[in-house]
Amino acid sequence: MKELDTIKEKYPTTRAAILPALYIAQEKFGWLSPEAIEEVSSTLNVPKALVRGVSTFYAMYKHKPMGRHLIQLCTNVSCMIFGAETLLELLKNKYGLEPGGTTEDGRFSLVIMECIGACDRAPAMLVNNDFHSNLDDNNITEILEKYK
Amino acid sequence: MERYLLRNIENANSADIEEYEKAGGYQSLKKALSMEPKAIIEEVKKSGLRGRGGAGFPTGMKWTFASADPKFPKYLICNADEGEPGTFKDRPILEKNPHLLIEGMIISAHALQARYGYIYLRGEYPQAREILENAIKQAYEKGYLGDNVLGSDTGFHLSVHQGAGAYICGEETALIESLEGKRGQPRIKPPFPVNVGVFSMPTVVNNVETLSNIPYIIEIGAEAYSKIGSPDCPGPKLYSVSGHVEKPGVYELPMGTTLREIIYTHAGGIKGGKNLKAVIPGGISTPVLPADKIDCPMDFVSMPKHGSMLGSGAVIVFDETTCLVKVCWRAMKFFEHESCGKCTPCREGTGWMRSVLERIENGQGKDGDIDLLLDIAGNIAGKTFCPLGDGAAVVTMNFIKHFRNEFEEHITNKGCIQGTKTA
Ligand SMILES: Cc1cc2nc3c(=O)[nH]c(=O)nc-3n(C[C@H](O)[C@H](O)[C@H](O)COP(=O)(O)O)c2cc1C
Ligand code: SF4
Ligand code: FES
Repeated sequence: MKELDTIKEKYPTTRAAILPALYIAQEKFGWLSPEAIEEVSSTLNVPKALVRGVSTFYAMYKHKPMGRHLIQLCTNVSCMIFGAETLLELLKNKYGLEPGGTTEDGRFSLVIMECIGACDRAPAMLVNNDFHSNLDDNNITEILEKYK
Repeated sequence: MERYLLRNIENANSADIEEYEKAGGYQSLKKALSMEPKAIIEEVKKSGLRGRGGAGFPTGMKWTFASADPKFPKYLICNADEGEPGTFKDRPILEKNPHLLIEGMIISAHALQARYGYIYLRGEYPQAREILENAIKQAYEKGYLGDNVLGSDTGFHLSVHQGAGAYICGEETALIESLEGKRGQPRIKPPFPVNVGVFSMPTVVNNVETLSNIPYIIEIGAEAYSKIGSPDCPGPKLYSVSGHVEKPGVYELPMGTTLREIIYTHAGGIKGGKNLKAVIPGGISTPVLPADKIDCPMDFVSMPKHGSMLGSGAVIVFDETTCLVKVCWRAMKFFEHESCGKCTPCREGTGWMRSVLERIENGQGKDGDIDLLLDIAGNIAGKTFCPLGDGAAVVTMNFIKHFRNEFEEHITNKGCIQGTKTA
């Protein structure tokens, strides 16, 4: 985790680098596996239990293996009134995807999001780091087809 | 009104430093560097600027407290957590006008003699992160950031700290905990962050939009600024409008524009010519208003007199076909999910209210459930550590206050007459 040297310089304490370090480890290992936690702990010289304790507080750190593509679908109010729930149904019927679950082929994981700040283009989702909005039953499948 | 916060954003390269400079950017910083720090704080005080993060605290006053604390180094944090559902107003600044925010932060840092700054950015905005990091790099290259800002004695170092999907980290003391690498649970106040903030040092936390107003105040002067919008609460304001309107989006209008004008004049009225049923005026944590209560000036001072709050200025509009029991249920699901677990009334109460709302919506509501909800809400309100729990209670109380009939109908008819259920 060489990137961490520059990151550590941004803060007066090493501990403050835990959140960025967890992101880097998650990127590298795909999820916060025991090895990932170990690596953060040894690089920053903070106890493993502490690193784990911090990581479990935050929804965007993953504590189990994820599919190749992470679908983060918003179902909060502005998206709900424009049909986010029918999209959930569709993901279930078409891909067998349940919130918090992963498809059998390891292609997609699905996570329900609270508002992702795209309420004017509801319903909206993030696939990995890409925003997709104004979703409906038709365009969502088209979009997802691009993620193999 | 001429736009200031969203100036130039139609320009595809608006986030580039050269374009920003061409449009007059960084001139306020040059002016501010020639002013004494105390004089800038006075100017901000005189402008009447109130924080745009939700609470409306006078910015000049906050700065005075932090400035009076003898400890150094001081820290300046920009709150870019923007997690309140319905809110997407900071996003155009972060993605299209990042140098406005950066210029505002450097001026603020000069005023506060703060040497270090962080932008605490929500994890759900990965594009904004790239744009901000690039903008910061450009600002270093041009000498706006660094040990000697434009060759002056003022030094300021700025970086982005990415959050990881916890709404509570928008609360300033939880944000500080998170920035220190901890679980994001709120701290007890006092001491206030202005005295004991991040890394135990005096810290000012301000919202993106608040800091982006600073260059404008320096540019036109406090006197002229204080004449924009509401007298007690002046300035331009970003309103993010979503839900059943023809033209959802972010609107920059004078503070105190009425809710009716925002919805009907700017956002194009109710989608498909339907009738309005209700509005959440300031993000999901603010009390809902029925259709006949929208002639209220949208500012921090007026909204409480009209039964709600300005919050983040996130207007969510519901037409006549919306099931409000379901909206209330979804709001409660949010609070339950985001409760940090530190205090019992909030941790237990939000989940309990959610389950009662769920059974009412799904046709299993019992006589007495409405009073049960009010009872639970009453036991949360005023008894929690931070405003999240209070918000959950007040939201429930107000849905029932204005739409009790609809809750009763759900119980008598054993479900929603529109056929909706919870997901
Ligand atoms: C639960 C909760 C969530 C909050 N979320 C945000 C947020 O996302 N962005 C923000 O600027 N302020 C948020 N605030 C308000 C901050 O605590 C703080 O008042 C604000 O950042 C101060 O900046 P201002 O004076 O410029 O408004 C939140 C407060 C609470 C209680
Ligand atoms: S009110 Fe809720 S979110 Fe706030 S400290 Fe208590 S448990 Fe945490
Ligand atoms: S409610 Fe879905 S993006 Fe805001």
